[in-house]
Amino acid sequence: MNTTRSRPAGFAKWIVTLPPTLFLLAFFLLPALIVVLAGFRETGEFGGLAPVDSVAALSLDAWRFLLGDVIYLEIFLRSFFVAALTTLICIVLAYPLAWLIARSPKQRRDFLVLLVILPFASNFLVRIYAWIMLLGPAGLLYTPFAVIVGMVYAHLPFMVLPLYTNLEKHDPALLEAAQDLGANAWTRFWRVTFPLSLPGIFSGSALVFIPVLGMFAVPELLGGTGDILIGNLIKEQFLENRDWPLGSALSIMLTACVLALAGLAAWAAKRGLHGTEAVT
Amino acid sequence: MNSRFWLWAASLATYAFLYIPLAVVVIFSFNDSLLNAEWVGFTTRWYTKLLHDDDMLRAAANSLLIALASSSISTVLGAMAGLAMHRYRPRWLPLLVLTPVAMPEILLGVSLLLFFRQVLDLSLGLFSILVAHITFSIGFVAVIVRARLAGMDESIFEAARDLGASPWATFRRITLPLIMPALLAGFLMAFTLSIDDFVITFFVAGVGVNTLPLQIYSMIKVAVTPEVNAVSTLLMALTLTLILLASRFAPDLLKARQ
Repeated sequence: MNTTRSRPAGFAKWIVTLPPTLFLLAFFLLPALIVVLAGFRETGEFGGLAPVDSVAALSLDAWRFLLGDVIYLEIFLRSFFVAALTTLICIVLAYPLAWLIARSPKQRRDFLVLLVILPFASNFLVRIYAWIMLLGPAGLLYTPFAVIVGMVYAHLPFMVLPLYTNLEKHDPALLEAAQDLGANAWTRFWRVTFPLSLPGIFSGSALVFIPVLGMFAVPELLGGTGDILIGNLIKEQFLENRDWPLGSALSIMLTACVLALAGLAAWAAKRGLHGTEAVT
Repeated sequence: MNSRFWLWAASLATYAFLYIPLAVVVIFSFNDSLLNAEWVGFTTRWYTKLLHDDDMLRAAANSLLIALASSSISTVLGAMAGLAMHRYRPRWLPLLVLTPVAMPEILLGVSLLLFFRQVLDLSLGLFSILVAHITFSIGFVAVIVRARLAGMDESIFEAARDLGASPWATFRRITLPLIMPALLAGFLMAFTLSIDDFVITFFVAGVGVNTLPLQIYSMIKVAVTPEVNAVSTLLMALTLTLILLASRFAPDLLKARQ
């Protein structure tokens, strides 16, 4: 490597690296850090945050409030329950579909995948609105049922796609071998296909569970007053009560949950992958 | 044989679950009744009404303006990020570029709200919406561009250098034409994401500035009207066209959206 060549290369490197990096540092990382700081500040006189000069010390008020009232714990638990139930229903609905697509002739697969994605071309609110129209006359609107239906509807393709990508890679010879050894269809599924598809299930679950956890529009438009989740709580603090420290503290807790879940999913998918290597 | 039947039955039911609600929205946008309850007769009057709804038209104009600006800027920044990730592989860049895409939207929304109001002391509006949309679009463009570069033979770039081309000439004459389809796909993708975004826009729009999704939100919070069906149908047609167009330029795009 001579210097006349590496100098313009180094220059080119900074030309492409710096602008997106600076933009995202300024408008993604810095705002995220400010949320963390805001969680340890006091509320201003007219809501929002107290001015920096008036309170030198950090404050734990928001956290005391958050941990002192059992309602917040309840809403967090409810959010986890809704996210888990949504994920489970998505797995059950997505599995046969993903399997069918993976088993279809190659030229038909892309079309069937496209059919799963196309409803996503509609606006997120339109998809919720569709259920307002359908569930309203049935008297099911503003119920926990409506919230789950809306959540499943909004996230189903996120489960189908990774699951399909996984199932497509399975070697049919494994199932034939199992059949030759006398395993019936039920055993073949539970002992061969299902364990091999676990990485797909894990990555799909992360893609469903995490957004559901932070969702506020579905409970707000389809649920009743008792169906609010973490997302609604955060929205309320920032836009209605203007208690920004509390809203920030809630956001920090949500972020912590999301990071833990993402880590868990990555770890599980990796482990699942090692497991399949042992099988194949 | 029997299990094949059940597989098809279950899959068809799931497809029906995906499509019937949207079909109902579209069908009832042509229904000649103020109530979305039963079919009365065919009409296009809800579409005509939209054209005379000033709030709706203003919201649509805002949406288009923001989508055009944000997709143009995020195409440039995203292409840079994609190039940098492919060629120089800095460890932190993928994390910085992809985290905004992976986390719940509400977190990005509130952090930008806090940042604009508290730190920059700016009033919210078109500018804050624009910045927010660029922030979440960069990752999508970067992934598309990187995928395109990864599928290419590195020796073309080496050949260009060996023949004495400057880095700029190599970029303009070789790299740029080769990644053009990815840039177009990325642009269309970013445009679709911007025009469709509700959650993040909801936090950074402030009062006074509406986009199409915000307008739809405030309408469906109040009541179910055929006018909402009409604007939903139009928006659906627009994004559908854009996505199909984008997937023509980058066949792997639909996978990248995961």
